[in-house]
Amino acid sequence: MSAELAAYATSGGEAFQFWVLGTVAVAGALGTILMRRAVHSALCLAGTMIILAVFYLANGAYFLGIVQIVVYTGAIMMLFLFVVMLVGVTAADSLKETLKGQRWWAAACGLGFGILLAGGIGNASLTEFVGLGAANSAHGGNVEGLAALIFTKYVFAFEMTGALLITAAVGAMVLTHRERTERARTQRELAEQRVREGKHVPPLPAPGVYARHNAVDIPGLLPDGTPSELTVMQTLRKRGQVRDVSAEALADLKALEQRSEERLGRDRDEEEATR
Amino acid sequence: MENLIALLVGAPLLGAAVLLCGGRRLDKVGHWVGTLLAAASFAIGLALFADMLGKSADDRALHQRLYTWIPVEGFQADIAFQLDQLSMTFVLLISGVGTLIHVYSIGYMEHDERRRRFFGYLNLFVAAMLLLVLADNYLLLYFGWEGVGLASYLLIGFWQHKPSAATAAKKAFLVNRVGDMGLSIAIMIMFTTFGTFTFGPVLAATGEASEGTLTAIGLMLLLAACGKSAQVPLQSWLGDAMEGPTPVSALIHAATMVTAGVYLIVRSADIFNAAPDAQTVVVVVGAVTLLFGAIVGCAKDDIKKALAGSTMSQIGYMILAAGLGPIGYVFAIMHLVTHGFFKAGLFLGAGSVMHGMNDEVDMRRYGGLRKYMPVTFVTFGLGYLAIIGFPGLSGFFSKDMIIEAAFAKGGTQGWILGSVTLLGAAITAYYMTRVMLMTFFGEKRWQADAEGHEPHPHESPKSMTIPMILLAFGSVFAGGIFGVGDRFVHWLEPVTGYAHGHPPISAAAVTSATVAVMVIGVGLAYLQYGRRPVPVVAPRGSLLTRAARRDLLQDDFNHAVFVRGGTHLTRSLVYVDHSLVDGVVNGTAASVGGLSGRLRKLQNGYARSYAVSMFGGTAVLIAATLLMRAV
Amino acid sequence: MNPVNYLYLAALLFTIGAAGVLIRRNAIVVFMCVELMLNACNLAFVAFSRMHGNLDGQIIAFFTMVVAAAEVVVGLAIIVSVFRARHSASVDDASLMKL
Repeated sequence: MSAELAAYATSGGEAFQFWVLGTVAVAGALGTILMRRAVHSALCLAGTMIILAVFYLANGAYFLGIVQIVVYTGAIMMLFLFVVMLVGVTAADSLKETLKGQRWWAAACGLGFGILLAGGIGNASLTEFVGLGAANSAHGGNVEGLAALIFTKYVFAFEMTGALLITAAVGAMVLTHRERTERARTQRELAEQRVREGKHVPPLPAPGVYARHNAVDIPGLLPDGTPSELTVMQTLRKRGQVRDVSAEALADLKALEQRSEERLGRDRDEEEATR
Repeated sequence: MENLIALLVGAPLLGAAVLLCGGRRLDKVGHWVGTLLAAASFAIGLALFADMLGKSADDRALHQRLYTWIPVEGFQADIAFQLDQLSMTFVLLISGVGTLIHVYSIGYMEHDERRRRFFGYLNLFVAAMLLLVLADNYLLLYFGWEGVGLASYLLIGFWQHKPSAATAAKKAFLVNRVGDMGLSIAIMIMFTTFGTFTFGPVLAATGEASEGTLTAIGLMLLLAACGKSAQVPLQSWLGDAMEGPTPVSALIHAATMVTAGVYLIVRSADIFNAAPDAQTVVVVVGAVTLLFGAIVGCAKDDIKKALAGSTMSQIGYMILAAGLGPIGYVFAIMHLVTHGFFKAGLFLGAGSVMHGMNDEVDMRRYGGLRKYMPVTFVTFGLGYLAIIGFPGLSGFFSKDMIIEAAFAKGGTQGWILGSVTLLGAAITAYYMTRVMLMTFFGEKRWQADAEGHEPHPHESPKSMTIPMILLAFGSVFAGGIFGVGDRFVHWLEPVTGYAHGHPPISAAAVTSATVAVMVIGVGLAYLQYGRRPVPVVAPRGSLLTRAARRDLLQDDFNHAVFVRGGTHLTRSLVYVDHSLVDGVVNGTAASVGGLSGRLRKLQNGYARSYAVSMFGGTAVLIAATLLMRAV
Repeated sequence: MNPVNYLYLAALLFTIGAAGVLIRRNAIVVFMCVELMLNACNLAFVAFSRMHGNLDGQIIAFFTMVVAAAEVVVGLAIIVSVFRARHSASVDDASLMKL
């Protein structure tokens, strides 16, 4: 499909491309809203966006197509993934609805809205189209055409969006940045404080008592079988990502004792029999 | 001379103001101030009377306009006085009897620490009553009318520490309000009909109004008269009003205020003349009250209440006479004046008896008092003879005239009215003889009261006996002075008009019949109370007696019909208020509250819920836009 | 093929995104759905641009991208802040504005 053609007409190839990629785009969109894990949603969305970039290209918006891939899929979606990682990549959402009737209302509104949009589009007399050939070639190309518009007709809006971006960047920094108001304490100072308080004078206990579970997020068990939160690092504790295996461990312990009891009993029986 | 008229009202009004505002420092002289100012009013009245006598009969009316109270175009309310023969009669009666009763009160109220206040109220009453009779328009008359009502209320409840007195005052005030409504409505009708309420123009214009309007005015005026003059059906307050000090009963509830109704009807003579239906009602009311009061008077053992029944009955005579039209107006007023003398005298006598008997009022505890208080006995006896119509005394002349006029009404009506008045005369003779016999004759029946004080009957001081003697003179001679040679008729004729009635039987026959029934009444009473000892405890009596002791069940009737009915009405109104009005109000509040409670659930704080609302709203907006475009 | 189909696709994607905003609780996913809606709009603008034969539609789409980028930056910063404070990225947990 030549660029010239794409500018003002649709070919059979484009139709094929539309139906195939359009299906994928809708599937990606559905995946975005239906996937339980945020990271999967993000990946589905990225796929949809790449397909949209292809559609931009097909519609003669070459600059936007590239920007879509570079900026949107490349930068914004990575930002999303970064935040997802920060918040907790493993945490899966429960898709069980908690608000009464929310899903029904959402479905009804969505359906109605979609039908209305479709009706509106169908109603509009959009039978003929001009194509972008003339517009794109007026300044020697799509990028030049856009540049001519942005720096002439839309220059004020352009400046405003620039200001907006700066403001957003500063705002994001303000929101997330936390000023450290005092000097970080050294190892020595921390040790001295521990001794002074008389609490946990030795280093904190290590997690992962059993070989099967020697991961950092599994607390060590105390002699009575209860887990000790102290054995898990502070960050995980605060995030609530401590895995509780005490029940499992206690069940294992019980099974072990039962087995040894049986073994011992059998031995005793054998002894008595031999006697 | 006109300028003196205001002074008639002004003198006692000044007295009331001084006495009521002056405070304790006037306690020592208050009664003299009050009496002197009442006497001053009487003196001015006499001067005006002398002046009036010197003029020709048609030229006697005086007018004085003080100022225009409400100077509005189409609504002129003047403070203006009119002194004609009718007003003059009342002025002399009110200020004269009033002065005597002031003097009497000096002695009677000697031991009351609130005597100054009492005199203040008395002066206030005299001023209001004079204003009532001197007013030259109905509105000012209404002012005086309310003024005497207020004074009456204050004086009935003068011993307000007694619950019975306070209740009686309230009752009198409330019942009077009903009548006052009538008067105010009558004035309103008058104003809408005639555009004024001054006597002259209104009474001159009665020919222009329809008979229906005049009947309405007449009936409303009659309602007012019923309230003030204790006529059926608004009679119930007068008996209880005897809770007031006896001078008050004598002045207000016997001689003057209760006759205001008669004055009102006679003053509005032209209206009643043009409304025969209203006149008929007036006659009926008078006749019914005449018998009603007389029957009640027969059964009461309380001397003041017996006299109160008598007052009611005698005013019934006057109202009846006033209802007869021009043949009766003059005699109504004449009986009013003579009644003022002898009934005031009787009340003062009763007060004197009570004064000597430790304020005992039960006649069954009197007996044989003539030896102990001879002056009281003689004056009371003369009043007694006057009221029963003993030939030659005042009551004889005035009552006989009324009976004659009743017969002269003509036809069946005349016969019925004549019989009723004759019957009334007989009953009057009966109950008055009963009072007389139980009080002054027979054995002494008094006992020690609860604290063991044996009453020591004694004659009252001079300040009390002298007014009684003077009133006794009035009782004896007033009728003769008025009646002989039709002097009173000629005196009043220019104001009220006069038509000589022609009874179907000769006047001499009527007079004989009157005397005969009087003798029968006296005889019956003598047989019942003179020949036999009077039991100290009242016998059970017949059904009628028992009913009469309860004032012929008037209070029971009022209670059953008005109080109970009113209570039920208010209860149902309260119910309606609670269930319907409050229901609507509370229901609105509750439904708004409930709706808000439901709506509040929408505000659940979940951003996604809000998002659904927004999304739905957007959908609706798009739908609306599309629809508008489609249309 | 009629390029109007691009518009239908845009409407479909927009609706899916809106539904996602309504039914997902994870603030990050909600944000992704908003991005999806913005992209659907962009697709519509680009299609319009082609239909009308001028570049203004593409310019609008371009500005949309810029604004979306700014929005994502601030939005994600907010999410991170909220997560730090509340250890949760659920929009339902931030439901304090109720009685």
